[in-house]
Amino acid sequence: MQTPNGFNLDNSGRRVVVDPVTRIEGHLRLEVNVDEGNVIRNAVSTGTMWRGLELILKGRDPRDAWAFTQRICGVCTGTHALTSVRAVEDALAIDIPENANLIRNIMQLTLYVQDHLVHFYHLHALDWVDVVSALEADPKATSALAQSISNWPLSSPGYFRDLKTRLKAFVDSGQLGPFRNGYWGHPAYRLPPEANLMAVAHYLEALDFQKEIVKIHAIFGGKNPHPNWLVGGVPCAINLSGTGAVGAVNMERLNLVAGIIDQSIAFIEQVYLPDLTAIASFYKDWTHGGGLSGQNLLSYGDMPDRANDYSADSLMLPRGAIIGGDLSTVHEVDLKDPEQIQEFVSHSWYSYPDEAKGLHPFDGVTEPAFKLGPATQGDERHIKQLDEAAKYSWLKAPRWRGHAMEVGPLARYVIGYAQGDPEFKEPVTKLLRDLELPVAALFTTLGRTAARGLECQWAAHKLKYSFDKLMANLKAGDLNTANTDKWEPATWPTTSRGAGFTEAPRGALGHWVEIAQGKIANYQCVVPTTWNGSPRDPEGNIGAFEAALLDTPLADPEQPLEILRTIHSFDPCLACSTHVMTPDGQEKATVTVR
Amino acid sequence: MTDPASPDTAGPTLVLGIGNLLWADEGFGVRVVEALAEGWTFDDPEVTVMDGGTQGLYLVQYVTEARNLLVVDAVDYGRPPGDTVIVRGAEVPRFAGLRKLSLHQTGFQEVMAAAELLGGGPERVTLIGVQAGDLETWGGPLTPPVRARLAPTVDLVLAELATWGITARQTTGAAPELLAPGLGLAAWEAHPTGPTGPAGGAG
Repeated sequence: MQTPNGFNLDNSGRRVVVDPVTRIEGHLRLEVNVDEGNVIRNAVSTGTMWRGLELILKGRDPRDAWAFTQRICGVCTGTHALTSVRAVEDALAIDIPENANLIRNIMQLTLYVQDHLVHFYHLHALDWVDVVSALEADPKATSALAQSISNWPLSSPGYFRDLKTRLKAFVDSGQLGPFRNGYWGHPAYRLPPEANLMAVAHYLEALDFQKEIVKIHAIFGGKNPHPNWLVGGVPCAINLSGTGAVGAVNMERLNLVAGIIDQSIAFIEQVYLPDLTAIASFYKDWTHGGGLSGQNLLSYGDMPDRANDYSADSLMLPRGAIIGGDLSTVHEVDLKDPEQIQEFVSHSWYSYPDEAKGLHPFDGVTEPAFKLGPATQGDERHIKQLDEAAKYSWLKAPRWRGHAMEVGPLARYVIGYAQGDPEFKEPVTKLLRDLELPVAALFTTLGRTAARGLECQWAAHKLKYSFDKLMANLKAGDLNTANTDKWEPATWPTTSRGAGFTEAPRGALGHWVEIAQGKIANYQCVVPTTWNGSPRDPEGNIGAFEAALLDTPLADPEQPLEILRTIHSFDPCLACSTHVMTPDGQEKATVTVR
Repeated sequence: MTDPASPDTAGPTLVLGIGNLLWADEGFGVRVVEALAEGWTFDDPEVTVMDGGTQGLYLVQYVTEARNLLVVDAVDYGRPPGDTVIVRGAEVPRFAGLRKLSLHQTGFQEVMAAAELLGGGPERVTLIGVQAGDLETWGGPLTPPVRARLAPTVDLVLAELATWGITARQTTGAAPELLAPGLGLAAWEAHPTGPTGPAGGAG
C-alpha cells in the first residue's frame, strides 16, 4: 500500500512491539512489521495516555494558565509556560518591556542548552554508546583518543583509569541504574571500547555540569525546578546595587550568569561537539531514519530579537515550512490562519462531528472516544496488536495545509539552511565537510542528532548575545521588567482570542486561547511530539515517527536498538502530548515479537 | 557519600515531594511538601523543602547535595487507598525494585543511581508513601481517603526529621506559597475539573 505522502507500507510481515519506549518522559508504543530480512515495512506509533489539559484550563484565570501548562511535561516546563503567557498576551494585546523579552530569551536559550545536552548524553547517547564495552577500554588509549579530538583538560590516562574502576564497581554491583534496559553487546554498536569509555566519562561530566546551567533559571525565575512566569513581562525585579542571594537580581548574580554562559560554551565546544563528530564518524553509513525530514519540515520560529515583534524577520530561530523537499521555497507560517494548522482525529481516540475534516485549534474539540478497531488482537487492558486501519492513538494528527510535518532542531536547521542564513548554513556545511558527507546525510537519524548539537552551540552563543544586550539595557538605566497596564480583567475586552508559540527544544509548540468574561473559554495545545508522533490522517498520510522507521533493517528484532535510536533522535516527550497511562504500565521495556 | 557533617548538625537535608499535581492522587507528594512549607519553619538553614514535580533526572543535583533525603510520594502497592508505607535506607531501592512502589520509581531510582555514579548521594534516605486511590482522573482532586492523609503525613515527615535532629516550629502569620498561583491546594479544590478520564486505556 502506498500512502499519499509517498511511503510504501506492508503489514504482512511479523509484528514487533516496543512498549513503552524507555528513556522518554511519557508513554509511547511502537509496533512495526518486519519482512523476512528483518527490514521494517510498516510502522505504527501510538500515544498510550489520554490528553485533557484543555478541560482542566476551562473556566480558570488566564493569568494562571502558564502554571498549569508548566505541569504537563517534566522536561519542557518553561517552554510551555512561555507559550502560554504569549498566547494570553496576544489575546489581550499586552506588550512586554524590552528587558522582559531579553530575560525570556535567556530563559528559553538556557533551556535549549540544558535540554539538548541532557538529551544527547543522558537520553540518546546510549543508543550509540555501549556502556559495558567501555569496561574493555585501555585508559591510556582513551586518553590519546580524547586528546586527539579536543583540548578539554579532563583527559589524562589516570582520569579514565579511575572512571573505569568506578564504572566497573557500579556495573558489578548489579544495579545498572540509568544503564539498565540497554542492549549491551548489540551488533549495531560500532564504537571501539575507548570511544565508549570517553563517552561514559562525558555522560557523567554533562550530568554534573547541567546543574550549573539551570542556575540561570533560578536567578531569573525565582526558583528551580518550576521557575515563575508572568503575563506582561517577567516576575524578576532588578537592583544592580543590591547584595546577597535573595531579593532583586543584583550584579553579583548577573556575574554568576555570565560565568555560567562562558562555561556552557566551553563545554559544548570542547566536549559535546567533538564527541558528536567522533561518534558520528563510526556511523556514517548508518543512513536510516530520514522519514519526513527530506520532505516536509515545519518551524514556528522563536526568540524575538525585538520585543513584541513576532514576525519571521525578528525571530532569531527561523520560521517557515518546507514542502516536498523543495529547499528553494520556504513557505510562510501563520498560526491563526484556519487553513494552515488543523488537527484530525480519524485515527485518534477522539470524536469530531465530521472526522473527514480537520479543525483549527481555535475551533478545537477534545472529546475522548476510546474504541479499538476490529483487527485488534487482545483486549482493552492487554492489547497485543493494534488495528491501525481504525483509531489507534491518544495523539491527534496535526497537519499543515494537509501535510504531515516533522518538527525539531533538524527542521529549524534545514529551514535556516534553505533561507541561506549563515548562522545555520555555515556550521552545517562545516560539519558535513569534516565528516566528508553529502547534504543528503542531513536527512537521517544522525542528521537530527547532529542538528541538535549544532543548535546547542548556537543557543549558548545567543545566550551570551542576549545577556550582553540585557546588561547594556540595565546599565543604561532601564530596569523595567513588567507591564501591568492590563493586569486587571476589567481592562480586558469581553471576549478575545490569541495564539502563542515557541520552538520547544524538541519542536514547534503552539497554544491557542479564547478568553470570555475574564476566564478561559477554550484552550488548545499542539505540542511537538503530537506533530512527530502523529497517527495517520483521513487520507492515510503517515507521521514523522512512522515514516522514519520504514526501511530500517533490524540486526536483531528481539533487541530493536535501531528503533530506539531513531525515535530518540526526535527527543519525544510523550507526557505533554498524551496523558493518563494505564496504571499497570511496566517500567521495563517489553519487547514482544509476533 | 558526602563529607560527614559536624556531629551537632544534621547536614544538608532535602524534603522532596514528587508527583504530578494535575492528576488526582498522583499529586499527593507535592501537596504534603506544600503543607509543610506553608505551615512550618525550619531554623536549620540547611533544610530544603522542594516541589520536585515530575522532573526526574533533573533532580539529581539536589539529591547529590543532600546528606539526608526524605521523599514523599503517591505509591501503588495494592493496599487500600490512604495506607501509608515508610521505607528506609537500603530498603528504598530494594523495596522499590521488587514492586511498583512509587509511581515515579523508574525516574527516581535512576536519579538515586545517577547520584551514586557521580560519587554523591545521601547517607540517609526515607520514603514516605501513601497508597493512591484514583490514578486515572486527569484534573481530579485528591480522593477523600488520600486527602485525609495530608495532615498525618506532614506529622510523619516532622517525626522522621526529628529523629535526624531536625526540628520545626509552626509558622505564625503569612507563609510564602510554595506553588504558583492557581496551583495551591485551596485554589485547586475551589475549581474542580469535571470527570475527564476516558473509560479505557491502551497499553
